[in-house]
Amino acid sequence: MRSVLTNILLPAATGAVMIAIWYAIRHGLSEDFKFLLPTPDEIIGSLDANWNILGRAVYNTSQGALLGFGLAIVVSSLLALLMSLSSLVRISLYPYLMILQMTPIIIFAPILILWVGPGLKSVVIITFLICFFPLVVNTTQGLISADRNLVELFKMYRASRWQEIKLLRIPAALPYFFTGLRIAAVLAPIGALVGDYTAGSSAGNGGGLGFQAIIYSSQAKYPALFATAAVTCILGFVFVAVVLSLSWFALHKWHDSYQRTDT
Amino acid sequence: MLLAALLLSSSYCMTTKSPIVEFKSVTKSYGEGPLVLDGIDFTAQPGEFISLIGPSGCGKSTLLRLIADLSPITSGSLNIAGSTPESKATELAFVFQEPTLLPWQTVANNVELPQKLRDVPAKERATSRDRALQLVHLVDRGDAYPRQLSGGQKMRVSIARALTLDPKILLLDEPFGALDEMTRERLNEELLSIRDQQSWTAFFVTHSVIEAVFLSNRIFIMSANPGKIAHEVTVDLPRPRTSDTRLSRPYQDLLAEVSKLLRSVEESRS
Repeated sequence: MRSVLTNILLPAATGAVMIAIWYAIRHGLSEDFKFLLPTPDEIIGSLDANWNILGRAVYNTSQGALLGFGLAIVVSSLLALLMSLSSLVRISLYPYLMILQMTPIIIFAPILILWVGPGLKSVVIITFLICFFPLVVNTTQGLISADRNLVELFKMYRASRWQEIKLLRIPAALPYFFTGLRIAAVLAPIGALVGDYTAGSSAGNGGGLGFQAIIYSSQAKYPALFATAAVTCILGFVFVAVVLSLSWFALHKWHDSYQRTDT
Repeated sequence: MLLAALLLSSSYCMTTKSPIVEFKSVTKSYGEGPLVLDGIDFTAQPGEFISLIGPSGCGKSTLLRLIADLSPITSGSLNIAGSTPESKATELAFVFQEPTLLPWQTVANNVELPQKLRDVPAKERATSRDRALQLVHLVDRGDAYPRQLSGGQKMRVSIARALTLDPKILLLDEPFGALDEMTRERLNEELLSIRDQQSWTAFFVTHSVIEAVFLSNRIFIMSANPGKIAHEVTVDLPRPRTSDTRLSRPYQDLLAEVSKLLRSVEESRS
């Protein structure tokens, strides 16, 4: 098995090489075009200088991402449970879930602004729409994929429908649920950013990262724009890290994906 | 409480006097498909150990599923302790070919499952769980998860789980088919020693003549297309049967007889 040191050193080395290339390209650009690619230190400097604004933007976007993500988890779990109970419900609803997923947010955003106005509500709804599909599809699949023999075993022991759901279907669906959750965790901050970009509002507490991106872009503050992108990435990492930890807690004791290979 | 006890004891007396399983001209087909089982006629007395052996597709697993009410009969009549399988008046347990354990539950919780589904209080559950784990020699693995166990150990847990409800009928569908020869023989012996301490009627599906002869008091040799009981062999080897039984002359003769009958059934098919 590879050592932890390798697991840290290799990505770190790759990062160092990429930053070196970055500086080299920047060095090669003529003075007139240097503004196109700010250096990492300029970006960090800009992050520091704009932290008052960016910090608040991060807070606003996180709020939208968390609320949309949470709403997607609750609604998708309930809907998945309903769809798992009957294949008729599944067949009836599935095409419309696909349509929901295929509706371009860019087109939907203006309609949403018309309905609920720009700001947090719109951001939450757009995040919800983006996170919802992978969650509902994976969780439904998990709920209907319980081992057939175990289902018969429950039937033979005269388990009630609710016992079957609670003691068999839901635990069996957990690995699928977490697969959906991992995808949704990557999408949630991006969803909130897109929502903010297309339907955000600077009213009240000010805008989020998407809104801020519009402002920096119009002001040609390119280092700040890069800083906004970096902060969004970090937010995404935090979401994924939390979900991975939850997944580990729920599954590591029994699921094969966490089977130690060194024993 | 007293009334319940009386009812229980009287129903118990009834089951010990009359046949526990009675097939009368039972047929089975799935939907509009061909007959899977045809003209199944037999009675089993309480305490019998009956093995079902035959070529694949002879419907031996289907026969178990009929008794367990996992599937309804197509025609004829099937009585279990004087009642229909659907009434579920008699406690049954099924041991599948795979261990079929809940991977997210510990061994202890897996064994407790049938009683948990009946809302038996935790204290009572723990008692039957410990007794069952003792029977299969796994008392010290209660906290382990299924993936930490070997194939033979998982099968033992599966059997322990089946025993917690004190079943009257134990249905075993090739439970040791996936295990190596040594483990299988040891589990055969363990199964018989558990049977000596309890009183259930067993239906045991197997592909192994050795297993069938060692365990049973009767062997049904089935033929396929449609599934029928082609021959019946009574195994009157003395009990308790141990590893010494395997060396005895009558045992060897029975192996030869059953093998011959099984071959004749398989040849007549092709």
